[in-house]
Parts: sequence; structure tokens; C-alpha cells
Amino acid sequence: MTKAISVSGLHKAFGKTQALDGLDLTVEAGEVHGFLGPNGAGKSTTIRVLLGLLRADAGAAQVLGRDPWADAVEVHRRIAYVPGDVTLWRNLSGGEVIDLMGRLRGGLDAKRRADLIDRFELDPTKKGRTYSKGNRQKVALVAAFASDVDLLILDEPTSGLDPLMEEVFQRCVEEERDRGRTVLLSSHILSEVEELCDRVSIIRNGRTVETGSLADLRHLTRTSVSAELAGAPDGLADLPGVHDLDLQGHRVRLQVDTDKLDAVLRQLSESGVRSLTSTPPTLEELFLRHYQEAAS
Amino acid sequence: MTASLAGTGVLLRFSLRRDRLTIPVWVAVNALMVLSMPASLKGLYGTDAERADLIHQVETNASFRALIGPVFDTDLGALTAWRIGVYAGLVAAAMSLLIVVRHTRDEEESGRQELVASGMVGRRASLTAALLAAGVANAVLALLVTAGLAGQGVVGALALGLGLAAVGMVFATMAAIVAQLTESARLARGLTSGILGAAFVLRAAGDSASDDGSSVLTWLSPLGWLENLRPYAGERWWVLLLFAAAVAGQAWLAYELAGRRDVGMSFFPTRPGPATGRLSTAGALAWRLQRGSVYGWSLAFFVVGVVYGGLTDGVADLVGDNENAREIFERMGGQSGLEDAFLASMVGMMGLIASLYVVQSVLRLHGEETSGRAEPVLANAVSRLGWATGHLAVAFGGAVLLMLLTGLGFVAGYGKEARPILGACLVQLPAVWVVGGLAVALYGLLPRAAMAAWGAAGAVLLIGWVGPALDAPQAVLDVSPFGHLPKLPGGEMSWGPVLVLLMLAVVLVGGGLAGLRRRDMTT
Repeated sequence: MTKAISVSGLHKAFGKTQALDGLDLTVEAGEVHGFLGPNGAGKSTTIRVLLGLLRADAGAAQVLGRDPWADAVEVHRRIAYVPGDVTLWRNLSGGEVIDLMGRLRGGLDAKRRADLIDRFELDPTKKGRTYSKGNRQKVALVAAFASDVDLLILDEPTSGLDPLMEEVFQRCVEEERDRGRTVLLSSHILSEVEELCDRVSIIRNGRTVETGSLADLRHLTRTSVSAELAGAPDGLADLPGVHDLDLQGHRVRLQVDTDKLDAVLRQLSESGVRSLTSTPPTLEELFLRHYQEAAS
Repeated sequence: MTASLAGTGVLLRFSLRRDRLTIPVWVAVNALMVLSMPASLKGLYGTDAERADLIHQVETNASFRALIGPVFDTDLGALTAWRIGVYAGLVAAAMSLLIVVRHTRDEEESGRQELVASGMVGRRASLTAALLAAGVANAVLALLVTAGLAGQGVVGALALGLGLAAVGMVFATMAAIVAQLTESARLARGLTSGILGAAFVLRAAGDSASDDGSSVLTWLSPLGWLENLRPYAGERWWVLLLFAAAVAGQAWLAYELAGRRDVGMSFFPTRPGPATGRLSTAGALAWRLQRGSVYGWSLAFFVVGVVYGGLTDGVADLVGDNENAREIFERMGGQSGLEDAFLASMVGMMGLIASLYVVQSVLRLHGEETSGRAEPVLANAVSRLGWATGHLAVAFGGAVLLMLLTGLGFVAGYGKEARPILGACLVQLPAVWVVGGLAVALYGLLPRAAMAAWGAAGAVLLIGWVGPALDAPQAVLDVSPFGHLPKLPGGEMSWGPVLVLLMLAVVLVGGGLAGLRRRDMTT
């Protein structure tokens, strides 16, 4: 597989603030890649470097096989970008902005434009100053999804959308993936990332702390197990990887490192399992774990 | 009533804090303009004979009265009120309307008003605070003018000070009405400025028809009331009642309108635009964003050209035997005939004003970048140079258009010799471009200091306007690029300095663009 984005050892400082401190990021062509991190972790700075708006102090970055700073125009012909905070020109209508953006990229698919305006329930005749935050975002999203490009870079694109529009957005991203396009999705909405992304990168303090598929990441964390047994179990506390064991008569609740799950289940079944629920770790738990480490 | 005003005090302090730089600058510039008058008028019209001559000229020259207004007495106070009154009134009105729109419609349009209104703030508090902020600014102006001109007579100084503040408040309350009607602050500012322009034109027409301010047209204009207040010439205090009635009536209407609409809404909602667009390049976008401003400046430059062109014929009569005035025109404009000297000084003045246009237009780049609107454009297949070039073409090309139009205006008004006048207008361009080039260089190389370009334009304007009248040393005049231009029409064309300025402009623009290519974009 070729790489849509490959970044290694990226450094960028603003005065004394080290915004990026050796960041690595690899996005394979055709995947939807989640880009996660707490506020101020360096997500938007990374994206601006990828767009050639900022020049990195050190490190290598390639977007669609080219240098995003030196070959900005060529790279941008194949990119659509949706900023997190969309500002529009007050006296241009949404439709005018969509068409302008499309023409400044690789071109616009008129049929898809009409379809997207319909699905996002956007009124393209309103002027920029009269749109709400969510509607400004819809303008940028329609422009991005209707453009004929290979890579979409979306920086927290749904922060102003309602749940119905969020649903439309997710369908659109899936369609993009089905058409073989690559999406870099920076987001705070974990259910969205969980639903859409093939792989995720979690960054903190300008550095990548975790990267891989959701399955890979889950493997590194704990599964919650709660069970009702025929008899009182024993030996659970001594098993490796068991945490937060809570025993109340025949009922057991515990957390277990996912790669040690097998031994725990064997032990439980020796006591006779009446009912069992096992919950894989949510992305939120993954996320919180990394954030809390950041705090401590 | 008190509940609807809750929070006014806090908002007023907040407004004054936000305007802690702009209000003092407006007030200080306006007051200085007025207070510097007695000294410079004393130099111009020192003797009784010169003053009698001046009065005679004003009485007989209608276009001169249209420009400045009728003169009512010969002492320095009355001459000051005559020479600067209308213009200080214009500045006070502009300051007031900008303050009110900034703290009412601007706040609503940006959505900040919602945040404020959700606090313990009454329905009428915002409008009241905005009017009070304008009131504070105008009161300080009145105080400074009264105190500063007291040497010429306290009563006249008080009349002029109060008159200026009253004009300011008429336009503050006018802006308060217009701000209820439009959804866009920019439109509210434009409409109120248009009303101010109409007030100036009404007064000008009235004054050209009558030499004592008694024309109906003059009485239709608040600027006309100011001259009819007659500071230093038998003050008619009852005219202040007219101002008070207008301010009270307009404020009442503004509150009525504000009480009948929702926050953020207006009586003339924004019309929808096209569902599809034809813009397809960054250059077309730049033109689309700036064209309204280009149209407005073009109209103003043409009209001013026609007016000054029309005045040129009478200028020889006007300056007449006054050696001092003749000398000043010649210092500003050149040595040859007085009409040429007058034209040359007016063409030079339009060049100075054109440099304000260029700076405003160049700094649009800065505005687009800091507002975050440049980022999505540059994330497309648009190079930074391509993006900047579009705006710079509007800025530098627009200056050519403005100077050509003002030249055509001069030609139309004056009715003689088109070529030398158009040539003189175009010769200003290298100096205009140097000021624009400085703005590009600052924006590209030191983006945080980009706004300093306004300071440079202001300094050039000051040197060009005040320098000759104060007989400033050549070293100071040489700081401004305009000081190096040949004095045309009438003088000798010299290509040397023009070409040097042209090259300097190219270097400044080139340096700025090179800086823009290499630096980080700020957001």
C-alpha cells in the first residue's frame, strides 16, 4: 500500500512553546485515519504543516508523495480541507463559496454537489454572515465532499452539527472511503472515530503516543467482565492481569488485561457460569487513559 | 425603565475600555485641527486689510463658500470657526457614527451581543451604553475646544465646542437608527456616512446660494446648523435647541425600533445570493471582495475632482493680493501661474489620499489572513503569490484608476487642458505605490507590525498637508515620497525622482512577497 501521508520526527516551536516535538504519523492510501489528542496537543499545527501553511523546524513530511511546503500547489490540487472553525466572506453566498472552492481544487462534481446540499439540508443562497456555525461547517463539508480530490483533511469538522447531520456526515465519509479516497479525521467525538476510522493515532504534547487499528489498541487495554456463577470462585485474585476485582457472593466484577482474558474465563467456567457479560474497552477509556497520563 | 437599563454602567466602561485607543486619537486629532487654526490664520490674514479682502472674496465667490461656508466676522475666533467648523463637525460626526455602530450592530452581527445580553443586562442597555460612549467622546472634544480656544473668547469657544459635540451626537443617534435597520455593520456605517455626505452637500449647496447661511438647504443640514450657531459672531444659542430636539427625536426613534425587533434581526434583512457561483480564481475572489470599496473611492475621487476643478477658475480672485496664501500654494504646488499652482496642490492632495486607499486595500490581505479566511483558500491549488497578487492588483491598479478618475474630474470641472492635468495625476502614482509597497513589505516581512502601515500613511499625509503651511524644513518634507515629485502641472517634469520612487516601490513589493512566501501563515 502506498502512503497518503507520512510524517516523521516533526518539530515546530512557536516562541518558547514546543507545539510539535517529534511527531510521527502515517496514513495509508484509502483508509480513514482518526487523529486524536487533547486540546493543544498539536493536531491543528500538524494539519497546517501538512497543508504547507506552516514550515516545520525539523522532521520530514510527505503528502501524496510530495513535500507539502515546496510543492504546495500541486499537493493542494488533490486535497480538500475543512477547518475546525469555518469563517466565510460575509457577502458571498454559500453556493458561491462551494463553487469557488471546488474550482480552486481539482474540480467539482455538480451532481454530487446537488445531492450533498440536499442531504445536509443546506440553503446555498444565504450570505456568509447569516449562517450559523453548523451551517458554515456544512458549506465547507459540501465543498470538500463534492470536490474531485484524493485526500480529505478534516479538522474537527462536526463540532457544530446536530446528531442527524452527524449521521449524514458519517455516511459521506464512508462513501468517500468506498470511492477509494483517503481521509484524515481529527475529532473529539469518539463514537464518530470508532464508527468510521480504520486506524487511529493518538498524540499528546506534540508527540505520537499510540497508533494502530482500533483492534490493536484494544488489545493493549482492559476488558470489563461481570459474571454470575454457580459457586464462589477462587484464585481469581492471583491470576496475572486481573484488576479491580469485586466479589459479592456468587457475583463477580473485574477488569482484565485483554491479552490475559483466556485464563480468567477458564477460571470462571470452573465455578460454573450462569451469565456472563464482557465489554471491550471503549475508545473513550483508551482516550482517557492517555489523557490522564498526560495530566499526571 | 430601570430594569431595561440594567448593566448600562458596566457596558459603558467596557466600551470605553475597548476604545481606549481609538476615541482619544479621534478626539485629539480633531481638537488639534481646531486649536492649530488661530496661529495659522494669524499668519495668513494678519492685517485688517487682508481680512477685509478675505471677507469680500468669500462673499463674492460661491464655490468657495460651498467648500468652507460663509464667514461672519473678522476676529481670529470667527475665522477659526469659519475655516475649520464644518470639517471638525464632519470628523466629530464620523467618530460618533463609528463608535455607535461598533458597539451596537457590530456586536450583534458577530454574535457577541448574545453573550452580553444573556447576562444581567437590560434590553436598552447596549444602545444606551453606545450612545453614552459617543457622548463621552463628544463631551471631551467640546471641553478641549472650549478650553483651547478660550484665549480667543470663552463664549465663542463654548459655542463652537458645544456645536461640534452636538453635530457628533446628531450622527450618533442617526447611526443608532440605521443600526436597527440593517443586518450588516458595514452597511450601517456606509449608509450613515452617506447621510453625512448628503448633509455636507446640502450645506454646500445652501451656502453657495446665500452668503449668510440663511438658505433653506443650509437649515436642512446639521452641519449648516453648526455655522448658524455663529460662534464668535453673535452666538445664536437657540440653535442648540434644534440640535437637542434632533438628538432626542432620533434617540427616541432608535429605542422604538430596537424595542420592536429581536436581537440580531433587522428591518431590512440580508437578501439571499445566488445558489451557484461564477468565481473561479483567487484573483476573481479578491476583486469581488474589494470591488465595493473601489467603486466608493472612485466615485468620491471623481466628484472631488469635479468640485476642485470648478473652483480652479475662481482661485486667482480668491487668493488675490494675499501674498502669504499665494506663497503657500506655490510651496505646495509650484512656481508658475496661480491656477496651475492650485491644481498642482490639489492633485498632490488627492495623491496623498490615494495612499490611504492603497494601504487599506493592501491590508485586506492581513485581514483575510488573521480572520482565518485565507487558510481554506490557500489549502487549495492556489499559491501564496497568486493569492496575494490578486489583492495587490486591486490595490495598485485601483490607485491608477482613482488618479485617472480624479484627473478626469479636474478636467471636467476646470474645462481646459486635459493632458497636463491627467499627466500630473499619474505622476503621483510612484509615490502612492511606495506607500503601498511599504504596507506590502510590513505585511510580508513583519506581519505583526502590518498595521503600522497606517502610521506611515498618516505621517505622509501630515507632512504633505501641514508641512508647507508650517514652512517645515526640507529634511522633513523629504521623508515623504510625495516631497520628491515634480510639481505638476506648471512645473518641470523630472524623470529622475519618479523612476527612483518606482524602483523603490518595486523593491518594497518584491521584498514583502518574498517574505510572505517564506514565513508561516498566522491564524
